[in-house]
Amino acid sequence: MADLESFRAETRAWLEANCPAECRGPLDNDEDRVWGGRNATFKTPAHKRWMDVMAARGWTAPQWPTEYGGGGLDREKAKVLASEMRRIDAQMPLSSFGVWMLGPALLQFGTEEQKKRFLPEIVRGEIRWCQGYSEPGAGSDLAAVQTRAEDRGDHWIINGQKIWTSYADKADWIFCLIRTDPEAPKHLGISFVLFDMATPGVTTRPIELISGKSAFCETFFDDVRVEKENLIGTLNRGWDVAKALLAHERTMIGAVGDMGRPISQVATDSIGLDDTGRLDEPMLRTRIAELEIDAAAFRLSMERVGDQVKAKQVSPAIASMLKYYGSELNKRRHELAMAAGGSDALEWESERSHKGTPARDWLRTKANSIEGGTSEVQLNIIAKHLLQLPGA
Amino acid sequence: MPLILTEEQTMLKDAADGFLRENAPIAHFRKLRDTKDADGVSRDLWKAFGEMGFAGVIIPEEHGGSGLGAVEAGIVAEGLGRTLTPSPFFGSSILAARILIDAASADQQSAWLPKIAAGEAILSLALDEGPKHQPSRIATTAERSGNGFKLNGAKGFVLDGHIADALIVAARTDAGVTLFLVDPKTSGVEIERTVMVDAHNAARITLTDVHVDADAVIGDVNAGEAALEGALNLGRACAAACLTGAGDQAFLTTVEYLKTRKQFGKLIGEFQALQHRAAHLFTELELAKAAVLGALQRLDAGAPKADLAVSIAKAKAGRVAELAVQEAVQMHGGVGMTEGYDVGLYMKRVRVLNELLGDAGFHAEKLARASGY
Repeated sequence: MADLESFRAETRAWLEANCPAECRGPLDNDEDRVWGGRNATFKTPAHKRWMDVMAARGWTAPQWPTEYGGGGLDREKAKVLASEMRRIDAQMPLSSFGVWMLGPALLQFGTEEQKKRFLPEIVRGEIRWCQGYSEPGAGSDLAAVQTRAEDRGDHWIINGQKIWTSYADKADWIFCLIRTDPEAPKHLGISFVLFDMATPGVTTRPIELISGKSAFCETFFDDVRVEKENLIGTLNRGWDVAKALLAHERTMIGAVGDMGRPISQVATDSIGLDDTGRLDEPMLRTRIAELEIDAAAFRLSMERVGDQVKAKQVSPAIASMLKYYGSELNKRRHELAMAAGGSDALEWESERSHKGTPARDWLRTKANSIEGGTSEVQLNIIAKHLLQLPGA
Repeated sequence: MPLILTEEQTMLKDAADGFLRENAPIAHFRKLRDTKDADGVSRDLWKAFGEMGFAGVIIPEEHGGSGLGAVEAGIVAEGLGRTLTPSPFFGSSILAARILIDAASADQQSAWLPKIAAGEAILSLALDEGPKHQPSRIATTAERSGNGFKLNGAKGFVLDGHIADALIVAARTDAGVTLFLVDPKTSGVEIERTVMVDAHNAARITLTDVHVDADAVIGDVNAGEAALEGALNLGRACAAACLTGAGDQAFLTTVEYLKTRKQFGKLIGEFQALQHRAAHLFTELELAKAAVLGALQRLDAGAPKADLAVSIAKAKAGRVAELAVQEAVQMHGGVGMTEGYDVGLYMKRVRVLNELLGDAGFHAEKLARASGY
């Protein structure tokens, strides 16, 4: 405990000294996030500095081992760091699919050489990763992927198409599910491979969404050469890696249910209070209070799941549970934000609305319960573990 | 602090759940109900609660208790929810004990705490007056009279009030609320046992010119709200734990049913319509458990805004348990409506626990006000 308290004091002092003023407070919109990568953009030079100083301590991936550039913190210390960052409203120094998704899978399935090669550059925000999972014919039925690899001895030639690849047009490398044995049952012929998006034959095409933004892409592979050393885990057993990674992805998507300003503040700013001090829209107020109760319970549930994982008491359905609830919660949150904003929140182009941020964010959340496996797929997974029916 | 039980707490949970399964399963509850037992609770079981250390779970060791905290009290409450066991635990071990520990004089403490801890005495808190829990609107009065006070008013939903050895009565005094320790045999006290929908016990109590001495005051005159606060927080958190226990047990019973009942030549658990509802309910129950443990831990830590964590837990557990028992009955179909199946009993118990110490609406309102909207 004393150790934890001194860690808290040191962390607090260090954050005070090193977190630039520009990097405190909520982001105006998602585009201001720092994603890193070869073509990284930063809202201000301070944002780059913030990423770099945090990365130097490994605190862009606080719980990864230090030998791969991580912070080497145990769970309790990582919680302290997170709470001290929240205390000063520090922005995330680096948003990264490498940190959230690929890294944990590499730590579990990668060779020593692969970990040494890929993890430190993720921590430093030097390489931006994207995820090549879904295909036009493999959405909820992800194991039906058909992008195929031809064996050419020391390398493969890859052909096929991915879809809904988040930020593929901005990413440097991709982690990808490829069919390496077309004869095997569908779950047993898939491999998990990594390659550079600059390899000849890789093209991307952004997909315009209802939010007017294009976070997702179609990604095409035409005779793309990939060295076999970039296989993660065992050949044809990529589904095991994919599932482990999906668990991390789902937990991450679930966590979006807990971001941003409290909806009650958004509503009071917009609508105001009546003369008894209550939000001047009684029916909306009730819905907001119920949401805030669910959100608080969800926050505790995420914390508890983390503690259960550490104590090895966790149910395998838990990532699906967090994904399902968190994404549905976030959709509810944004429905209420729109109701709270009224006609102000409908403006699509004005500077006043930061170019329609409330409306665009609201529309973006509709994908939360689709990406990373639909809510219905999560419920299937939870039910399977829950009921343990013979033959299921 | 990690949001899981410690090793010692896990041992206590195993002991409490095991004890209740063995000594007070649902058959025990049914027997008390069906024989129209005069007390509505088993005195032998209450005594055994004392011997196991459950009756005095939060009572300091110097008064014969176990000297444990809110998390441990919640563990026992959750177990009581699973087995539906009628017990003076809530009224005596949680509400009365907390008030006495927090605010009573040394004499009052030594008169009652050891007896509660031993499972010998039953105490009841007479707080609510109308059909809804509104502790800020107490109308019962206590006027100064002679060397003491004269109490007038009417109380309801007094847990175990018909068998109480002492009542703790909240009444309005000149500048606030005051708590009084009242002997139920005092002249002017009328007690009507009210068997509730769940066949657990409560009472309506009428106070007509009830005279008590000055030493009946618990803590200071006009300081009753502060003296109540700890008890209300702990009681609400334990009610939430009990709701989670009842809801979870109804859910587990239903999952078993989904795995055994066949229709259309299949187990009904093979139908996706039911699978998704079961999976949703599982998720909600996990959230409720996290909210309850979070609240109990915050009470033990004396954390700022622990009362709001309690409101979140009570509201969430209440809503979730309500969903759990409704789904339990619906998924059982016709047999779910029968007296012979247990799921209906859980539905009744959850309804009562939801009203106890403020329903989800009360706690959502409290949270909204505290959050500035």
